[in-house]
Order: sequence, then structure tokens, then C-alpha cells
Amino acid sequence: MTSAVTAPAAVVEPVRFWSRERKVGLGLMVAGGLAAAGFGALAGDRPASFTLAESTSGAAVSIDGPLGAVLFGLLGALAGGLLWAPGGRRWFGWLLAAGIVTIVISFLCWQLSDANSNVMPLGQVAQGSMRFALPLIFGGLAGVLGERSGVINIAIEGQFITGAFAAAMVATLLASVWAGIVAAAVGGLVIAALLAVLAIRYLVDQIVVGVVLIVFALGLTGFLFEQLMRSEPSLYNQPDRVPTWDIPGLADLPLLGPVLFRTNVFVYLALAMVVAVHFGLFHTRWGLRTRSVGEHPTAADTVGVRVLGLRYRNVLVGGLLAGIGGATFTLEATTNFGKGMTAGLGFIALAAMIFGRWSPIGVLLAALFFGFARALAFFLGTIGSPIPSQFLNMLPYLATIAAVAGLVGRSRAPAADGKPYIKG
Amino acid sequence: MTGDPGPTRAAATGPGAATGPGAGTGPGAGTGPAAPPPPGRWSARFLQHLWSANAVTVTVLAIALALLVGAVLIVVSDAEVRASYGYLFARPGDALSASWERVSDAYATLFRGAIVDPAAVSRAVQGDGTWAAVFRPISETLTSAAPLVFTGLAFALAFRGGLFNIGVQGQAILGAVGAGLAGFLLPLPVVLHLVVALLGGALAGAAWGFVPGYLKARTGAHEVITTIMLNSVAAIFIGWVLLQSWAEDPDRQDPISRAAEESARLPRVLGWLESGLRVHLGILLAVAAVAGVAWLLNRSTLGFELRAVGLNPDAARAAGMSVTGTYVLVMVIAGGLAGLGGATIVLGTAYALTSLVVGSVGFDGILVGLLGRAKPWGVLAAALLFGALQAGGRAMQTGSGISLELVQVIQALIVIFVAAPAVVKATFRLREVRTGGLSGVAARGW
Repeated sequence: MTSAVTAPAAVVEPVRFWSRERKVGLGLMVAGGLAAAGFGALAGDRPASFTLAESTSGAAVSIDGPLGAVLFGLLGALAGGLLWAPGGRRWFGWLLAAGIVTIVISFLCWQLSDANSNVMPLGQVAQGSMRFALPLIFGGLAGVLGERSGVINIAIEGQFITGAFAAAMVATLLASVWAGIVAAAVGGLVIAALLAVLAIRYLVDQIVVGVVLIVFALGLTGFLFEQLMRSEPSLYNQPDRVPTWDIPGLADLPLLGPVLFRTNVFVYLALAMVVAVHFGLFHTRWGLRTRSVGEHPTAADTVGVRVLGLRYRNVLVGGLLAGIGGATFTLEATTNFGKGMTAGLGFIALAAMIFGRWSPIGVLLAALFFGFARALAFFLGTIGSPIPSQFLNMLPYLATIAAVAGLVGRSRAPAADGKPYIKG
Repeated sequence: MTGDPGPTRAAATGPGAATGPGAGTGPGAGTGPAAPPPPGRWSARFLQHLWSANAVTVTVLAIALALLVGAVLIVVSDAEVRASYGYLFARPGDALSASWERVSDAYATLFRGAIVDPAAVSRAVQGDGTWAAVFRPISETLTSAAPLVFTGLAFALAFRGGLFNIGVQGQAILGAVGAGLAGFLLPLPVVLHLVVALLGGALAGAAWGFVPGYLKARTGAHEVITTIMLNSVAAIFIGWVLLQSWAEDPDRQDPISRAAEESARLPRVLGWLESGLRVHLGILLAVAAVAGVAWLLNRSTLGFELRAVGLNPDAARAAGMSVTGTYVLVMVIAGGLAGLGGATIVLGTAYALTSLVVGSVGFDGILVGLLGRAKPWGVLAAALLFGALQAGGRAMQTGSGISLELVQVIQALIVIFVAAPAVVKATFRLREVRTGGLSGVAARGW
């Protein structure tokens, strides 16, 4: 590679009146004001209640519908106003989060006071959020591993579907969910290996490879489903569900207990992997090398890091994780495989990675956000919300567009992301 | 958050541009001019040319490789053939003949369903059958190809402008919705209705393409992510439309809209021969669109700017072109083309909207655009190939009991092999890769 690397220009932010904080602050004030006025006017006269449990009975926090809608809407506007205050930019993340949360609560006050059931069991929604977030965590981590070392893994969707298929098939054939999980990891690994070879060895555009591999994986699993599974589901497509394990003591905690400590192996594994990847990336030699290969492979090569080997390894490990994420579709969420059952969640995992700024913790939070949005849409559908469920289902996608278009600010991909490295 | 994504874009493409030729076309490309052909008879030169990996040779070999992998899948997934492999070493002839029969039967059915059925021809010649039966396979192929041409162009045009338009699917869905609504809501006279319905599809698709183009130009949001998200939104949106009282078919329980009026439907080109021949005006419109896009890309000022921006946005900006304006315009045109693709499905074959009315025409369009090497006439050829595969695949599904997904696998494999000509080259020991994969746009990051 003829080294025509431009020196990273020192980014000097010109001091402008419409800084990011002020724009976001204004946005929050407008949104909060609209929420207070609109949701307050629309809210019915019943109180909005929230219970910590998984059912609608038990201790509940209640607030008068219109009052809650107005109050929390104004709180959101206040958070936006604080962003304009001197020193507000130091608390940017917290104020933004507070603003969004209070506006969501304002929205919920309207919805609950105006629906068939005015009680929202937070435990149920929390569990749903985790269930929907689960594959996204695995997929997002797969994306982080690849992209931190400079390989765009857009084929997460393909790794999901292959993993889901392999898990269902092997778990049924061998009557063991554990064998299914291993098979899912291998399935994800195969797609990742194709991606790695084509992108790293044959230098094909990584986004092109990813998209084509998704079509390939969807076609292959759909074909095998039609030829094998459809006619003989008992032989090929009836896996068991993974067992639920309690962690003694912690499992009885309110709200968090059932979500985090009375759950299945996938949740424990996902959380462990978030911690492991975070620790690995930022506190080990492997992580330093991975990040350097993703930012400046020439420099890494100069000091003796094997750029291509590291990229292969990371993409393959990512494939293992994404494959396990695929297993959650057939061993946890349902107990059978269906054509195209991943329904674009691999793309959402990709979005979660970008939303989470290429960091494992960020991936976890973004995945939980998407999971919460889906769980909320599902819940509002069950209580007969006046908003068509389709528009609620659009929310995660629209939020991603808004986030990518600037809400999270200058999130920056690794500098060498997507660029093949040619030694020499 | 700057209004102009210039500096980051410049930093992102700097190193990539340096590796440009190598990254785009694989190793062989930078090794200087090809050795002059040795003197000799023209046939020898022809053979040598044939065997030195040019675009056509690589494509043909890629198709052959993909069909080979497809054959393996057919064998593996068939219970009887698999059983014969159980005693492979006792009687290897059984396994091989069973495999050969299964595969040759499947691919023969595919050919008969896509190109021509020799038996039908001989019957027609002898007067026992109709000529319509002879033309039916070609009619089916052209019917499937028409929307693929549009979606392939939608991808290819954006690709040449340096944008990766994965949102073809969503733009096609919106196009289908726009055309369908205009088709059954508006009471208009015959010719005008069709024109308005097509325009409705194009405008809806263009609007869906405008959003990522504008966001890319204004905020630098990467079009891959925004278009993927808009695909999902479009899929949900059509589901909502189907449940509305002004759209749903009152006689049906399942979510399906009313059918487009007769006056809005694309007329069948071979309808005079037999009404069952589905090929419609859409394929002619598609060819016209190819010619139009070819002119736009190669002869017009906009096309020049578009290609310049796609090859090197910094140089284009330095030359005084508006990079951001080009991004928006390209995405609007691409969205309009994809919308027309969705419209041809609704107005040409489906007539009523369902949630899966466009199928996977958008994603197939991406493959078509890649296989056509992002060139308009290449897209037409690729769309015809994919149309033939899909028409033949449908025949294979009913005739040989092999599900249509096999065609999807074969299509993906063809594109993989074409995109990585080095794989084909290594497999067949071709001389060198002269025209290769997807030149034109260097590999890029986010």
C-alpha cells in the first residue's frame, strides 16, 4: 500500500451558537412541551398505574393520567432547558437520557389512562425487553469484534438465520439443546468464514459480500427447511427449550430478579460476553492490537502485529457469537425454525452496534433500548392502545435513523473499518 | 455535528483511494498491460481470449459453479438419493445414477420452464399443440425480469454514484403502494390511469429514496443503515395500509387490498396470442429505462458528475461539483426506479396489494445490479438471467418438487463468484483477471 495516509487533521470545533447541546436541548424542550400539552389533553381521567411485578395485581404506583402526562412532559422540557444552562454540556448524556425517559413516561400516562387496562406491569415489560434484546446483544458484539479490527460484518442476519436453523436441526436430531447451541455457533462460524475469506483474502467489498451472504444464508436455510423440515418436523424441527436456571437469593429480587437471575443460559452468556469483550478490548493486549488494526493497520503491521490473522480470528469469533444469537430464536423465543424467522433483526443488531458506538457496553444498552421499544409496542397492543401497533413497531427503526443522523453526535467508526489491508 | 460531512468523508476515503485499483479488481489488476497475444491462427487467439478471464467468461463459469453447488444441494436434500449413498461402496453405480437422474431432471425442468420446451415446439410444429405453449416459458422469464431490471438499475445507479442503496426493497414496496392506491382509488380514463399509477409508484419510491439521500448529504448518516431501517419501516407500513378501510378488499378476510382497475393495468404484450401469456408492457418500459439510464450515466452532465462523485468525492468537490446535491438527486432517481419496479409488479401481475406483494425484488435487484457490474446494459442481461432462473425455478418447484429457495441460493452464489473473480480464476486456472469484479467504487468504510 502506497502510504498516502493523510495526517488526521486536528479537529478544531469552531465555537458556534448552535452547538449540539443547544440543538438537542431545544429539541427536548419542544418535544417536552408538545408532550405536556398533547398527551395531557388526550389523557383520559383514569389514573395510570405501574406495578413492579409481572402481573397487574400487587403494589402499584399510580398517578392521575392528565397530571402525569403534563408533569413528566414539563420535566422533559426542563431537562432540555438545563442543556442550555452553563455547564450543561458536561451532563449531556444524563440530561438527554432524563429528557427521553420523562417524555416516554408522559406518553405512557396518556396511553394507560386512555386504554382498556390502566395498569402497566413493569416486570413483564422488563422481561420482554430482555427477551427481544437477547439476539441483538450477541449480534451487536459480533459486529463490534469485526469492525473494531476493520472488517464490516453486515452479514449478522445471515449468521443469525444459519445459527437458528442449525440449532433447531441438531437439537432435534441429537435431542440436546446443548448440541444445538454448539451447532448454532458452528453455523454462524461458517458464514463468518465465508465473509472473512472473501473480504480479507479476495478483497471483495465487505458490504457487497455481507449482503450477498445474507441472501445466500436465507436461501440455503429456506431450501433445507422446505426439503427436510416441512414434511417431517418431528424428525428435524422440534427442539426443546433451554432450561431456566435460578441464581439463589438474587432470583427473588423485585423487577430485576426474574429478568437477570431467573432466566436461561443465553441471558447469562450474553451478559458474560458483554463483560468479557469489554474487558478484552480495553484491558488486554489482544484488545489493544485489535483496536490498532482497526484504526491504522499499517502502523500495527510495522510493529509486528499480524493484521490479517487478527482480522480472521476476530471475524470468526464474531461468527460464533452471532450464531449463538441465532440459537435464541429456535431454542428460547420459539421451539421451531421458520423460513426467514430472523425478520431483519440482524440489521437491528448492526444498528445497535452503531448506536452503541462500537463498544460492548453501548451494544448492551442499545439492544435493551430496542428490546424495550418492541416490548412496549407489544404491551400497548395488548391493552388496546389508540395508536395503530404498526406505528409503534416502526419506532425502533425511526429511532435508529434519528440516532445515526446525529443525536448521538460524532460517533465514529474505526478508521480502517471496511478497508482491506494489502501488506507491502 | 457539522452541516457538511466533508472533512470526515475526506479522512475516510483517503487511504481507501490509495488502494483503489487493487481493492476493486483484485490482485492481477495492477500487474501492467496484458501480454500481447502470440501470433497464430485466429481460432487459437480466440480460445486464448476465451480462457483469459474476461467478464463474460468469468460470468459463465460463475453460473456453472453455482449450478454445481445447487446440484450438490439437490442431492443432499433428497431422501431417496441420500439413502442410495448409504451403500455407496457396495454399489456406487446406484448412488451416482440416482444423483444424476435427480439433478438432470431438475435442471431440465428449469430449462423447460425458463427458455423453451422442445416437446411443446415439436407438438406445435406438428399441429397438436399451440404456439402459446412454446412462448410461455419466455413469457414467464420476461415477466419476472421486468421488475428486476428496475430494481437492478436503482441499485446500480446509486452504486455508480458511490452510494450503497440497500433500500431498494423499501423503495419498491412504497412504489407498489403508490401504484396500487392510484390504481384502485382514482377513477381515470384508460391510458391516463396507467400513466398516473406508474407515476404514483415512481414518486412514492423517489420520496423513500430522498430520505436517505438527504440525510447522507445533510448529516453524513451512512446510507446503508438508514436504507436498511427504511426497508423495515416500509414493510410495516404496507401492513398498515392493507388494514385500512379505504384499501382493504371487503370480500376477503386476509389482509389484501382491492385490485387495481382494468384501466390502470399494464396491457399484456402477447395477450392476442393467448390470454395466459403474462408478459406485459413492463418489460418494454424496462428496456426503455435501461436506455434512459445508460444515456444519463454516459452522456449527460449529471451522469458525469455522478460518476465523478462515485469515484472520488473529494476530487469532484474540488472540481466544483456539488457532492451533497448529487447524493440527493441520485437517491431520488434510484428510488423512483425502484418504485417503478414495485409498480410493474402491482400493475402487471399481482393487481392487488398484499404484505409480500413485491417478494424479495429489492434484494434480488441488489444482486442484479452487482452481477450487471453496475452498468445499465449489464443490469438488463443480469435481470434476464435472474428472470429465467426464477421462472425456471417455479417450474422446478411444481415439476420436480424442489423448492424455489434453491434459485435464491444459486443467484447468491453466482454473484459471490462474480464479485470474487479470483475464486473463479483459481478454480479454473484462468490466465489472469483482466476485467474483474466490481470496479468503479473502491471499498469503503462507514
